[in-house]
Amino acid sequence: MQVTLPYHLRNLARVEGDVRLEIAAPVTLRAVLDALEARYPTLRGAIREHDTGKRRPFLRFFACQEDWSLESMDAELPEAVAAGREPLLILGAIAGG
Amino acid sequence: MSSVRVLVGTHKGAFVLNADGKRKDWQVSGPFFAGWEIYHMKGSPADPNRIYVSQTSGWFGQLIQRSDDGGKTWHQPGLADEGVPPPGPPTALPNRFAYDTSAETGKPLTTHQWYDGTQHPWEFKRVWHLEPSLTDPNTVYAGVEDAALFRSTDGGENWSELAGLRGHGTGPKWQPGAGGMGLHTILLDPSNPHRMYIAISAAGAFRTDDGGKNWKPINKGLVSNFMPDPSAEVGHCVHHVAMHRSRPEVLFMQKHWDVMRSDDAGESWQEVSGNLPTDFGFAIDVHAHEPETLYVVPIKSDSEHFPLEGKLRVYRSRSGGNEWEPLANGLPDRNCYVNVLRDAMAVDSLDACGVYFGTTGGQVYGSADAGDTWTPIVQNLPAVLSVEVQTLQ
Repeated sequence: MQVTLPYHLRNLARVEGDVRLEIAAPVTLRAVLDALEARYPTLRGAIREHDTGKRRPFLRFFACQEDWSLESMDAELPEAVAAGREPLLILGAIAGG
Repeated sequence: MSSVRVLVGTHKGAFVLNADGKRKDWQVSGPFFAGWEIYHMKGSPADPNRIYVSQTSGWFGQLIQRSDDGGKTWHQPGLADEGVPPPGPPTALPNRFAYDTSAETGKPLTTHQWYDGTQHPWEFKRVWHLEPSLTDPNTVYAGVEDAALFRSTDGGENWSELAGLRGHGTGPKWQPGAGGMGLHTILLDPSNPHRMYIAISAAGAFRTDDGGKNWKPINKGLVSNFMPDPSAEVGHCVHHVAMHRSRPEVLFMQKHWDVMRSDDAGESWQEVSGNLPTDFGFAIDVHAHEPETLYVVPIKSDSEHFPLEGKLRVYRSRSGGNEWEPLANGLPDRNCYVNVLRDAMAVDSLDACGVYFGTTGGQVYGSADAGDTWTPIVQNLPAVLSVEVQTLQ
């Protein structure tokens, strides 16, 4: 599957373009973030808080043009995302300059 | 030959300014961590190539960065930038600042006073100040918002709270200053490894004599008229504290209003504002070779954070306070409405002493003659949050 990161997180991970991850089913937000942080440890704490695992307030998750920010971390992402045809988008909320 | 490295943290990245001992021709490198707030960066006195950086963002939270080559390259301590990391749990979590609530070493989190007087839970927001150990490059202290003191002994890879400070018992009376409830000042006593001082806006100054286990408020003599009890034990909005390493029991403080002095390790304070045109301000520092020579940047008031009459002035006292002289040579004479923040002034230890400060207008000024004349080293950086200096041999 593919994850699209915002500019600053791409810089932290030192990647260009989308990140590709191999994740066994079921593909959930939690599984994706676990795999992302395991592969790119510099992202730990920058997307979700260390101890609570809560999404940082100014970050949002989108999949197949739907807002997944408030969905359960254990809900299965759309099949198109799990199959890699659509990316999971991690976006910074528009706030400030 | 000696040289100087000036570390500048700004609202949108970090910059490193290098010059030889003449301090005339400067090389500017950066921005590093472009687009991120750099609250503070400071080099280790024990290893000048070791530099710690606090990198923060409203979106992505707190990061700690480190350089082991004098600011040429940076990394998050303990994390590999390249390649696939080994499987298993991480051994380094350099941006995890968890308040200590353990029964053995910590205390249950209490609450502190919120702006409206109600009680509010402690919440970690960012690292305001990093203070490397005087002797061990791998030991570094972090002052954070909401106010607490953390320490790393492995080069910034992992952090643990010195919870005796937050658990002192006066926490419910601490309150955030306008910029938040930050622990912004950490002073290590060069003559006593068990003694350190810290300061919090708005709680006041505290001292430990046992390496951080126990703390006492040291605010006797401070008067803050915005408080119901202006002489209360805690609640004072201390902006910054400075010391000269040869006399660590003598402290100089820029409070919200008032410039103060203590000759007994903070047990008591006396006002030394003297003839300053305004004694509001943020930055204060001490000459590297003259323990009675001080520098402040007077700011008009708590409501108007800019110099009086649009004239940027450093004031110098050669008598430990009370008698102050304006230093104007090379500084703007008109239309200057910038601020100089609490961690944005520093001195080098060359002869003659160099003095440096940064402004919220993005200028970094330097003086190679102890403040007699000033030159802008850079003029168009993002707002400067912090300035530190390393004198290199």
